[in-house]
Amino acid sequence: MELTRSPRVKALLKSRYPQLVLFVLMLAGFVFAILAGFIGTPVGSHNFSIVFVWIAWWAILILVAVPFFGRGWCAVCPIPVAGDWLQRGAVLNPAPKTPKWLGLRVPAKFRNMWMQNISFTLVALFSSVILTTPVVTSVVLAAMLFLAIGLSMVFERRAFCRYLCPVGGFIGLYAQTAPIELRIKDKNVCAKCVGKPCYNGSDLGSGCPWDVFPGGLTKNTYCGLCLECLRTCPHDNIAINARPFSADLARPSAKLDEAFKAFIMLGAALIYAYVLMGSSGAAKLAAYNVFTPAWFVYAAIFLTVIFILLPGLYWLVISITPRGRGVGVREFAIASTPLIPLGLMFWVAFSLSFVLTNATYILAALSDPLGLGWNLFGTAALAWQPLLSAFIAPAQSLALVGGLAWAARTAQKTAPQAGISSAPVISYCLAVTLLMIWLLL
Amino acid sequence: MKRPELLTRLLITATLLGVVALPLWAWVSVLSNVEEPLIHASIAESGGWSPDVIQAKVGEPLHLKFTSDDVMHGFAVGQMEMQPVDIEPGKVSETTLTFTKPGIYTFFCTRWCGINHWRMRGTLEVSGEPTAPETVSPALYVTLGLNLDAPHLADAVPAEKPSAARGMGLLHQISNLPVDQSADYYRSHSPSQVFQDLSTSGLTDSQRWEVVAALWAQNTSPAALAEGGEIYAQNCAACHGETGSGNGVFADDLAARGEASMQAMSGSMDMSMQTPASFSDPQRMLGASPALLQGKILRGGMGTGMPMWGSIFTDEQIWNVIAYLYSFQFDYSK
Repeated sequence: MELTRSPRVKALLKSRYPQLVLFVLMLAGFVFAILAGFIGTPVGSHNFSIVFVWIAWWAILILVAVPFFGRGWCAVCPIPVAGDWLQRGAVLNPAPKTPKWLGLRVPAKFRNMWMQNISFTLVALFSSVILTTPVVTSVVLAAMLFLAIGLSMVFERRAFCRYLCPVGGFIGLYAQTAPIELRIKDKNVCAKCVGKPCYNGSDLGSGCPWDVFPGGLTKNTYCGLCLECLRTCPHDNIAINARPFSADLARPSAKLDEAFKAFIMLGAALIYAYVLMGSSGAAKLAAYNVFTPAWFVYAAIFLTVIFILLPGLYWLVISITPRGRGVGVREFAIASTPLIPLGLMFWVAFSLSFVLTNATYILAALSDPLGLGWNLFGTAALAWQPLLSAFIAPAQSLALVGGLAWAARTAQKTAPQAGISSAPVISYCLAVTLLMIWLLL
Repeated sequence: MKRPELLTRLLITATLLGVVALPLWAWVSVLSNVEEPLIHASIAESGGWSPDVIQAKVGEPLHLKFTSDDVMHGFAVGQMEMQPVDIEPGKVSETTLTFTKPGIYTFFCTRWCGINHWRMRGTLEVSGEPTAPETVSPALYVTLGLNLDAPHLADAVPAEKPSAARGMGLLHQISNLPVDQSADYYRSHSPSQVFQDLSTSGLTDSQRWEVVAALWAQNTSPAALAEGGEIYAQNCAACHGETGSGNGVFADDLAARGEASMQAMSGSMDMSMQTPASFSDPQRMLGASPALLQGKILRGGMGTGMPMWGSIFTDEQIWNVIAYLYSFQFDYSK
């Protein structure tokens, strides 16, 4: 169903101003979060940076934005905005024909998801400190902002978003399951289009900041929903469509970097469920005390689980079946597709456990964002109170069981494309789901 | 540059500048507010109180705001009648104090926040017209010339906890006992010394100890013992233990990490932490006079980890704590 068929929706999306207003509000909030981390209370549960980034934003991202809007967050993310403006040399006008800065093309060997896999893993290894220490959160946020600005001056388009952002990688992976997409209406129109302004830019807007030719879009992974092509297309050939969930997964990706992203996310959810939600004080201390011998053990286990154990076991499970003998890299990557909906639902279940429990901190931090004794909305003294406790475990169970069913259905569609049976894939998904249920509930 | 572009740029710049400048301005004004400072509390290893020196004037209300940067802390001023203020992490609590006498007061943490909890001290400098001069007499241990750091162990100890009630009966029955029932005698003698003084009384050893217990009971009261017990529970039990056995919640940490922790504090390289004293050890307690214990409490352990309490408790409070300490040795039940 084409949403842009409605003239009002289309006008709203084509106009630069609504998005710009959101960008500026987000950027203001982002800058304030960085500032709050530096000058506010060092107590994470009462500092705006921790509460709004790791509780409020994360909840919206993983429970709403990604499952329902795919890369909807990327459409309003403030991190690349300043770099965009610098590249364009303007706020409203599109990028000039000749680049204002270096405008280099990202080297071919980096044009994949591996850098994002590494950046996410790095953030994940230090997450216990990042998620609880305001000043560290601010350093990470500021680093992302300045990296995005720096890369925009060296490389063309949004090199940071596309190849480095630790969040963008998994949003792209999971965006394939979302019931929304940006696609062209008619291939022939694109084929005949002269100048391809959607990719190269025009007076109406920049060429695709995500380095994607919309005419060739078949999945959501790398489309940042920035809407530039909607503005530049001279033939009104771009549409935003509502669609069934997981539509992209019917035609799975055969790329190993994306397959590993799925394993990294699956493994990180399992490890976080044990370390952050579990009762082992030793594990929490090991994860928190970075660069101590215990942390190195934790890091080694973390890396082994996500890069060796989970993919290795998966390879073993699918290759021991008669049809799976001699399975290659391409087949392995295709066969990993069911882990995308499974991983997404693992993250939904994991996030439910702490988002609702810590939601009251949002109201307290709103009234006193820097911990200076303000009471802007009368909620500063609000006592910590877990919300909907009785609802969490059933919701988590539903998410995990639903995720398993979703993964099984995906496996039935994708395993044949990898030339293997879906049975070992479903068995693996069942085993890790049982493990997640045991860890979380 | 076209007008919409210019206006948008101005708007964005103003928004971002506002987002940075307004909180910074608010932050700086809170930091520079000397009249109502926001006092940050954090465990001693992270700096303790900041600021740790507060200025005030006699008769003028001093409004203080507190926040904790890590764990739960508490605020109270030594030798002052006040309800301690709880300081929760990330939240701001307030109190108003009014001083009637100038001087330098000590404020301290009232919550067991960590093994260096007792190091969380600061000073309140209260200025004003000096009141009538007060005569200050030296502490009893000074007058008696006691060496606080030398061992004072009892030569003999009772076989079982002496009963003050039975000792009281003996005191009433025998009139010519070679002991003095005055407070001065009690404070300047250890139970062991009194036990020695009773050697010519013709009483058995256990009876002599019971008389000692009775003399100690005579020099306190149930109310004083209750106050001493309360002060002990709040301030001493963390290290010395609720039962006085030197096994408080911090005792293991002190033994395991004490020395490293002491040496982590700047200027404390030559200090060495010691295991907290056990008040259930009869040799130690019966060899110590109230004056000696008063000295230890007033002055502290000088590098052993035992803090000085002289600036925090009143004389009466200290005598009450001392009376309570002897209850670990004597049976005061009726």
